[in-house]
Amino acid sequence: MAKITTKNLNLWYGTFHALKNINSGIEANRITAIIGPSGCGKSTLLRVFNRMNDLIDGVRTNGEVLIDGMNILNGSKDLVTLRKKVGMVFQRPNPFPLSIYENIVFGEKIHGERIRRDKLDEIVKESLESVLLWDELKDKLDKPALSLSLEQKQRLCIARLIAVKPDILLMDEPCSTLDPQATARIEELMRELKDNYTIIIVTHNMQQAARVSDNTGFMLLGELVEFGKTENIFTAPSDKRTEDYITGRYG
Amino acid sequence: MRKLKEFIIEKLILICGLASIFFVVLIFLFLLKEGLAVFSTVSPFKFLFGKNWYPISDPPQLGILPLILGSLLVTLGAAIISIPIGVGCAVYIAEVAPANLKEILKAGIELLAAIPSVVLGFIGMVTLVPFVKTFFHLPTGLTALSGSIMLAFMAMPTIVSIAEDALYSVPKTYKEGAFALGATHWQTIHRVMLPAASRGIVAAIMLGIGRVIGETMAVMMITGNAAVMPNSIFAPVRTLTATIAAEMGEAVVGSEHYFALFAIGIVLFIISFAINVTADLFLHKRQ
Repeated sequence: MAKITTKNLNLWYGTFHALKNINSGIEANRITAIIGPSGCGKSTLLRVFNRMNDLIDGVRTNGEVLIDGMNILNGSKDLVTLRKKVGMVFQRPNPFPLSIYENIVFGEKIHGERIRRDKLDEIVKESLESVLLWDELKDKLDKPALSLSLEQKQRLCIARLIAVKPDILLMDEPCSTLDPQATARIEELMRELKDNYTIIIVTHNMQQAARVSDNTGFMLLGELVEFGKTENIFTAPSDKRTEDYITGRYG
Repeated sequence: MRKLKEFIIEKLILICGLASIFFVVLIFLFLLKEGLAVFSTVSPFKFLFGKNWYPISDPPQLGILPLILGSLLVTLGAAIISIPIGVGCAVYIAEVAPANLKEILKAGIELLAAIPSVVLGFIGMVTLVPFVKTFFHLPTGLTALSGSIMLAFMAMPTIVSIAEDALYSVPKTYKEGAFALGATHWQTIHRVMLPAASRGIVAAIMLGIGRVIGETMAVMMITGNAAVMPNSIFAPVRTLTATIAAEMGEAVVGSEHYFALFAIGIVLFIISFAINVTADLFLHKRQ
């Protein structure tokens, strides 16, 4: 069974129909890329999965989004539990203006009861190790997170997510502000993380999708045009529009 | 021709810019010249820490400690009342209030700032003062507490509008990041938004307090003006500002009393200056 299933998902911003009848099945422990030109609705789709669109006024959705068989679009669904389970990495790294340490334990502090310091220390170490930052930062955990480089900030944001032990990582163009070397290293990290997480990455960089993802969805004007194995999408697309996009006819 | 026009306009603007500095320096020098003269009869230490203010007895006793404490007491009281309410109001406007209520509240705050202080003092005198008197069973309602409450109303608009700006300018990405980690609205506010806006909020508080400490009319009308060492917030007090306003008219020019009032002016100037500089440091220092 798919980790995330969307059934006839529609979304409107006011009168603008941003997502049209999306049907997809996203597999567990795989990297799924969503590609498409700007404004095609790929970020909007990503933000459905943790209900970040709720922050915007005038958003309506219908259809179903099942995560582990539970429909998350039911209004009553507990958003705190959902967002613990479905974490998100943003386009611009957004560490909080707190220390590195406080950034990582943020999730634990808001979700946990009173937690012992040694438990927190352990979480910080584990999380930083899993994003390969521990050796670099172990001696400056009290430094402000805003003093880090862009790549370190983005890694820190991933570490901050991992600390709350989500199942699913949503990544909204996580490398768009990074240079090519840093991008390669973040992609490497994604491959390492996929054993433990289901990763969905939105990118306008087709090469990136081809490099890291197992499955790819191509979106255009709010429609999910094609969804399948990455190698099939890039070598033998079944839809003319997909072919035109990946061969650079538009986008 | 065009060049000449540019030149003239440029110089005119330069003169306008320099004029403000020039006048400030002039005022400060005048204040120093008149104020420092008092120290030929009383030592600075005795002036600042003397407990008796009897400027027209013979010889005059010029200790302004009761006045300093009066100002501090009223200001402290006003701060304790206005800071939580002001910051709370700013958080509500910036983060919680629906759009239409937000506009109404902002307009209301601006209106509050527009009330002249003498009107606030007058309203305080006829409503708050009798209330404080009967509620606390005091011989008089003209107390430090009444002054603090009234001045809190004057500090609040400053605190609210600047703190609200500070909260508003916190990047939206912080908020999204916190929500995406499963934080509730309140957790996002107090763990991310408030720390991120803390500099601006401190500056807002300092500017609010700066306004309170320099305020004259309302305190003169409702604090009772007794130049004695204050022993509680339920007793009448006299502030530095009210002393100058009340006594300058009757002080003989060139007398010790006259010089002492100018020296009080210097003390006030230094306090306000320190507060403004601190606020500025917080407002402009970046991480």
